[in-house]
Amino acid sequence: MSRLLAIAIKEMRQVRRDRMTLAMMIAIPLMQLLLFGYAINTDVRHIPTVVLDHDRSAASRDLVARMRATGFYDIVGAVRDYAEVTRAIRGGDAHVGLVIPPRFSADIARGVGSTAQIIVDGSDPLIVSNALSTAVAIAEVRSTELRVARLGRAGRDAVRVDPDILYNPELRSAVFIVPGLIGVLLTMTMVMFTSMAIARERERGTLEALIVSPIRSVELMVGKIVPYIVIGYVQMTVILVVGALVFDVPIRGSITLLYLLSFIFIAANLALGLVFSTFSKTQQQAMQLTFFFLLPNILLSGFMFPFDGMPRLAQWLGLALPLTHFLRIVRGITLAGASTGELIGQLVWLTSILGAFILLASLRFRKKLG
Amino acid sequence: MPVIDAQHLSRRFGDLVAVRDVSMQVEHGEIFGVLGANGAGKSTTLRMLVGIVTPTSGSATVVGHDVVADPEAVKRRIGYMTQRFSLYDDLTVFENLEFYAGLYGVPRARKRARLAEVLELRGLDPRRRQLTGTLSGGWKQRLALACATIHEPPLLFLDEPTAGVDPVSRRSFWESIHDLSAQGTTIVVTTHYMDEAERCHRLAFIFRGSVLDTGTPQEVVDRRGLSIVEVHVGERTHDAARVLRADPRVDEVAPFGPRLRVATLDEDAETVTREVLGGVDGPGGLGIAVTDVRHVAPDVEDAFIAMVHEDARLHDEGAPPEPRA
Repeated sequence: MSRLLAIAIKEMRQVRRDRMTLAMMIAIPLMQLLLFGYAINTDVRHIPTVVLDHDRSAASRDLVARMRATGFYDIVGAVRDYAEVTRAIRGGDAHVGLVIPPRFSADIARGVGSTAQIIVDGSDPLIVSNALSTAVAIAEVRSTELRVARLGRAGRDAVRVDPDILYNPELRSAVFIVPGLIGVLLTMTMVMFTSMAIARERERGTLEALIVSPIRSVELMVGKIVPYIVIGYVQMTVILVVGALVFDVPIRGSITLLYLLSFIFIAANLALGLVFSTFSKTQQQAMQLTFFFLLPNILLSGFMFPFDGMPRLAQWLGLALPLTHFLRIVRGITLAGASTGELIGQLVWLTSILGAFILLASLRFRKKLG
Repeated sequence: MPVIDAQHLSRRFGDLVAVRDVSMQVEHGEIFGVLGANGAGKSTTLRMLVGIVTPTSGSATVVGHDVVADPEAVKRRIGYMTQRFSLYDDLTVFENLEFYAGLYGVPRARKRARLAEVLELRGLDPRRRQLTGTLSGGWKQRLALACATIHEPPLLFLDEPTAGVDPVSRRSFWESIHDLSAQGTTIVVTTHYMDEAERCHRLAFIFRGSVLDTGTPQEVVDRRGLSIVEVHVGERTHDAARVLRADPRVDEVAPFGPRLRVATLDEDAETVTREVLGGVDGPGGLGIAVTDVRHVAPDVEDAFIAMVHEDARLHDEGAPPEPRA
């Protein structure tokens, strides 16, 4: 115990004296939080749109006004022919072109109906689906209105879907992204700091003195990671507090539960950091390994892309990452107010992964030089 | 019972045999020097004795424990000063000491007094708050010694402790080593400085992973049967050296300023030198006048060179003579 404490105190003193690292530990979460919170926005709005109006009637102007009113389309200009629509899209000035045919208003008045054309820049799939669904909705609403006006009474649609969105009804990205960010950041910093902490000893030649001392491997490993557990919790708190203040991210479930379950996740990442440290001779290698590991975490865990939409193989890979399960836990608790019982599946996964990492670390980490 | 009893230790790394069949006994309270060039296998031998490198074959008992079966028991009872000192540059002098005290489990009740004692003893007290990274080599060495002895180990290993340290610090360091030894600490020290070897009670010479000889510095030197003279040969130093080297009785010829230093085995160096270089009648004689002959007592360095030559004659005739260390 005295030995474990000696390591932990020493490690804390080193961290405290390393102003740069210390600043990074707080600055990285804050910066990432603001970046991800503001920049990653999957709710598409204000798509620049050009209009090619062949009709120039009250009805066509009404359609344009309705589209603008949704907030999805920003009408950035009127053009005179198809070539100009294409040019605007190709030049990036617009992502959508609305083409209203001649006789638009006349055909509507005659009751035969008229078809407006919407030209969408397909390079960003997210814009396509939003632009199309909104346009179709506008057309349907308008058609219904016209039909009602003609028939003089409201008809009933045969099939209707009544949406009831739980937990993030305004569908704000930040609410989804910020809790996940806790997981991504903890993965990055915990793995990086532990792997670098051991690699540093190796690089500076102090590891030999540790190996020749009577300290046990487990005391060395635990003593090394204790200070970083504290740092992990500090980072997590920073994100939760700033997330709540700036982005209005709710915490519906038990904070105590969140902190308790986070321990398993933090420990799993620290253990992995130890495994990485046994493969790296220098701090630089440790850092490279960390970033190599971070990428699949961001892509396969469900942090940015829906887990259910991934191919089966990618899902299997994703299940081996602690982040995947932690994301479900942290989103479950903050957004849906989930309880332990509801998270038991993730808990089992996370604990198993932790066990595997610890086993791997203790197999790899030997008190021998050669 | 010796403090260290190593029997036929060998260690290979892949195809490389770093240590070959090394046996040595170190008695209580002595300063035992392990002498050899860089890469001779000194550090690997030491690392096997402290239990951090497993021997490929052979065995060793250190402070009463088997290094293979129970390395941790060995580790608790020894101090080890590594080549690079193993200090944390970003901790203060006191924090480094405190860390090692914790690492070796110095009891809480004893810790405070022991830290003060060691700081005082090594003259580190005025620098206790200084960051270790800002210390000079000599001070780092003192601190490293303080850290390695914080738990008052009965056996202390020093791996190249004076590398990169100024001569004044080296001298005071060796005084500290002798003080520790006088108080009953057994010390094993590796070095490639021959002058340091003379300060040890006993020596083991390691060359290419094997021990060539063991004994007190005097014994080791005497066993070589060396005779050495420094002579003046006038202008033709180069020619003189060439013919001397060709003579089988001559072990080594080295220019020493304007003079030549000639070492012979089992025969008087002056006689041989005069005979080889002397009058026109001598075999191969060049007629070079030998003047200002000074007999020199052979030292450990001479003995080491002689041993390396001996080894080369025994094993591979074609080995080039070692340059003087």
